[in-house]
Amino acid sequence: MNVKDLAKKNAIWLIFIAEILIFTVVNPVFITPSNLVAIARQVAVYGIASVGMTFVILIAGIDLSAGTIITLVNVVCAYCIINMGVNLWVATIIALCVAVVIGILNGFMVATIGIPAIIATFASQTIFEGLAYIISGGMPIALERNTAFDLFGRWSVGIVPVSAIIMIICFVVGAFILTRTYFGRYFYAIGGNEEAAELSGIRVNRMKYLIYSLSAFFAGLAGIVTLSRTGSAQNTAGKGLEFDFITCVVLGGVSVNGGVGSMSGVIAGVLIIGALKNGMILMNVNQYVQMIVKGVVLAVAVGLDCMSKKRQTM
Amino acid sequence: MSEDYVLELEHIRKEYPGVVALKDVTLQLKRGEILALIGENGAGKSTLIKTCSGAVVPTSGKIKINGKEFSRMTPQLAAENGIAIIYQEFNNVAELSAAENLFLGRPIRKGIMIDKKAMEAEAEKAFAQLHIKIDPKTLMKDLTVGYQQMVEIAKAIQQNAQVLIMDEPSAPLTSSEVQSMFAVVELLRSKGVSIIYISHRLEEIFYLSDRIEVLRDGEYIKTLITKESNEDELIQLMVGREMTSKYPDRKPCIDKSKVVLELKNVCGNGDRNINLKMYAGEVLGLGGLVGAGRTELAEVLFGSKPKDSGQIIFNGREINPKSPREAIDLGIALVPEDRKRHGALLGTSIKHNINMPIYERISKASVINTKVERETAEKYEKEMQIKTPTLDQLVKNLSGGNQQKVILGKWLAADAQLIIFDEPTRGIDVGAKYEIYKLINSLVEQGRSVLMISSEMEELMGMSDRILVLAENEITGELSREEYNAEQIMRFASAAADKEETK
Repeated sequence: MNVKDLAKKNAIWLIFIAEILIFTVVNPVFITPSNLVAIARQVAVYGIASVGMTFVILIAGIDLSAGTIITLVNVVCAYCIINMGVNLWVATIIALCVAVVIGILNGFMVATIGIPAIIATFASQTIFEGLAYIISGGMPIALERNTAFDLFGRWSVGIVPVSAIIMIICFVVGAFILTRTYFGRYFYAIGGNEEAAELSGIRVNRMKYLIYSLSAFFAGLAGIVTLSRTGSAQNTAGKGLEFDFITCVVLGGVSVNGGVGSMSGVIAGVLIIGALKNGMILMNVNQYVQMIVKGVVLAVAVGLDCMSKKRQTM
Repeated sequence: MSEDYVLELEHIRKEYPGVVALKDVTLQLKRGEILALIGENGAGKSTLIKTCSGAVVPTSGKIKINGKEFSRMTPQLAAENGIAIIYQEFNNVAELSAAENLFLGRPIRKGIMIDKKAMEAEAEKAFAQLHIKIDPKTLMKDLTVGYQQMVEIAKAIQQNAQVLIMDEPSAPLTSSEVQSMFAVVELLRSKGVSIIYISHRLEEIFYLSDRIEVLRDGEYIKTLITKESNEDELIQLMVGREMTSKYPDRKPCIDKSKVVLELKNVCGNGDRNINLKMYAGEVLGLGGLVGAGRTELAEVLFGSKPKDSGQIIFNGREINPKSPREAIDLGIALVPEDRKRHGALLGTSIKHNINMPIYERISKASVINTKVERETAEKYEKEMQIKTPTLDQLVKNLSGGNQQKVILGKWLAADAQLIIFDEPTRGIDVGAKYEIYKLINSLVEQGRSVLMISSEMEELMGMSDRILVLAENEITGELSREEYNAEQIMRFASAAADKEETK
């Protein structure tokens, strides 16, 4: 493999390095250990949820309920702990189970009923956002501070935040599923051609249930980390975050048409978005300008994917 | 000298990452001639014609139209210079009328309104010119495939096409439609239009063409004068070796003591009262017209469509597969007609395709045993003689014949006992056909059974031990090898239709 091919293959990482260099030159604070730790904390939520979103987009689906799941997990977990006096760990498990149930419901709508994923998951986004408001009464639910629940979002091992470690574990698990288990092969096959996958003996519907449940589970986990970090369940905790996850995933080279992509690409995508958000804050960029930048990044990422597809067929 | 030629392709080379699709191919098309372009699948015919339309940009080489040189084409340039391509899939809008389709994208207007009347009148004239009888008001979706193709041709002529490139135009047509298409093509030639005609059917080429250009493995082989050539020479040039027989011999291998499949009054997916018995080591042919219910029967057996009533007995046990997965686990496999849509996972590697049905079996705690995965792929690559530099090659980069071998390898890996082929050699060239036939032979010689759906009469009779004929979703006749007779099969195939008529 020559230098050109190598650069092409790792273009996403080159972009990441260039981004780091630019931000460091503009504001040297960017590269300080304390800021990098801050980035790691911020990025953890994105990274964890992106693993699930990667699976969904690999089969040419989409999960618009990911952000709402984060909100609901926040509310349910905090409500159990504060209003019902449930044990911390039991509450965490209950909240994650609720997330998975939403995933199963998404799977039911997409696979069994046949509702297009974009509509099905949009419906659950709306439904569960409403439910979260009803449970919380529209008010934030504050947790007690300095409990063991701080583990997920506040504690560190040395200087490495536990949330970053959870993210890394999720990445490893995600990469393992995609490359070493038959589920991974099935995901790529379904994304490539659903009909042919079914006729090759893959139970496509069953896999869709699994994938939407996994997506909900990882979003739920991201929700737990969020709650632990903020210490209070907000009704807006996850609002709109699904679009950030989608941006990370497609920026990482997962084709929205399905069947193409890798975990390492998504990791790069997550890091680029994380660094971009942090860098813009350091540069004191207006938050509305930040929105514009994020939107442009999403369009460019998908645009590049579509362009390379066009060129391939020429 | 270039004045004699409407279209010249000079030293065209096209490279894809890792593959050279065309190496130094040259083509010269005279005014008012029909040039047949032939070659096996993967020989580069489609790529070559796509360089004319601008859909493919050549790596190097020149394209000359009426002596004017272009280094590359764009779809617009091609259209401006009178080049039109009739693809296998038509670009028409089903919900619009024939006239509207004829003027698609450049309607006749009266102010800002579309002038339907004028378009219909013009269309009437255009169709009359080609001696085609189509009511311009008919919706495209109500026309047969043959007439839809006529509309496409008329559209090209309407746009002053000087060069008409036809990619397998006869493939979707019935034989009477093919005759009318020939008439139109010959009429166009007499009007000075030049035609490049791509087909796998050699009889057509000899009937229609003036000259024949042969490609093989992306290389230019030879251009022949049709009158001075013959089928054997062509086949030899296409495959690069001499063909002795079209259908390989197989050892007698039918085991009449072992009934593999028995259907008793099976109804479902449109089919009615299907009764049949198949033995181990047998190739049972299913003949009939397109739409007679053969593919439908295959879908029921493979579990992709439900059965309404009746019994399916497989290896002595009654079965009722509800999904392809269940059928595969029972030992039934389907090699579908539409290879690209249903058969192979094109964007996936050969290795993954072959292992797809057995991944759960070769995994422990859902982790794949990659050693077994590789060995399985290697085994069937060798057994099927799949031509590829590496097992990681994506299946979309393989020729049709090799894709078919990958699909077959997949089913052998899954240890299928009954393999259903739906049009096993559709769109596959002569040389690769022979290899597929040899593979079918080796399947039954190993004791497996093959149910073969085929619309090619010759193939049906050449390969089957016994033939069942379907018409209008019912079995209308059975022939043993001694009784084979194309006319009789056709009579069975249209039997139900006759019944209707005499009522």
